[in-house]
Amino acid sequence: MAVNPAVEGRSYPPTEPYLVGREKVREFARAVFSADPLSLDPAAAREAGFADVVAPPTFAVVVQEHTLAQLLADEEAGVDFTRVVHGDQRFSFTRPIVAGDELTATLTITGVKSLGGNSMVTAESVIRDGAGEHVVTAVSTLVVRGEDS
Amino acid sequence: MTELAVGDVVAERTIPLTRDSLVRYAGASGDFNPIHYRDDVAEQVGLPGVLAHGMLTMGAAVQPVVDWAGGASRVRDYQVRFTRPVVVDPVEGATLEVTAKVGALDTEAGTARIDLTVRAAGATVLGKAQVVVLVPGA
Repeated sequence: MAVNPAVEGRSYPPTEPYLVGREKVREFARAVFSADPLSLDPAAAREAGFADVVAPPTFAVVVQEHTLAQLLADEEAGVDFTRVVHGDQRFSFTRPIVAGDELTATLTITGVKSLGGNSMVTAESVIRDGAGEHVVTAVSTLVVRGEDS
Repeated sequence: MTELAVGDVVAERTIPLTRDSLVRYAGASGDFNPIHYRDDVAEQVGLPGVLAHGMLTMGAAVQPVVDWAGGASRVRDYQVRFTRPVVVDPVEGATLEVTAKVGALDTEAGTARIDLTVRAAGATVLGKAQVVVLVPGA
């Protein structure tokens, strides 16, 4: 089943606040082979003017993931999880994510295209802090393989 | 800043991946798709083997640039296209070879666009991998 083109332009409710924990940031940093003192050492982060450790750039995907779950749960959209391949990914920052942030993400489907039996879905998640200020926008293109490919 | 020129290589790194790396990333990121740790599942869905998470490749490949720029906070924008999967052998693992080159400079904003070349097993695995960072000292 192809992805329903009518979901283009659809927005979903903001996700539940995600509290960024210091040890989660450090665990994630180690997992992506970071040696960055800002991510690993709270004292170094404070010295650089941050309240706590600074998340590696791709940590935003952990928060974005909650929005993609909303898309997959939307039966009208018709996105079959077992046929999804990650096509591309982008993060655009106003500021880095810092431990202690309480982040919510709001998903909008900005594009649905058909290409050679596959569907390409562009999902934009705008991530804001507890004060409602923009932190980062995460954009994923998901390729949903057609039945024959 | 004045000495930086388009085409300069600012960082190079070799990153060995093992199955342990994939399990660690699964736990850290919450992505527990079994194609990243189970050979039988990978085979069932027609893959050449267990694959590294695309987001692990993306996350690891930017680290040489993070170090060069002076920390994660200096990254303004980061995008990649996932063009080829990275197969991680249970015994041999896999190796990511990262080269980071200046693609463009914006002296007014004090930023550089760094273009990443990321290879595994002799083939490029990421396309249009671009990081916009505040240049060191800016």
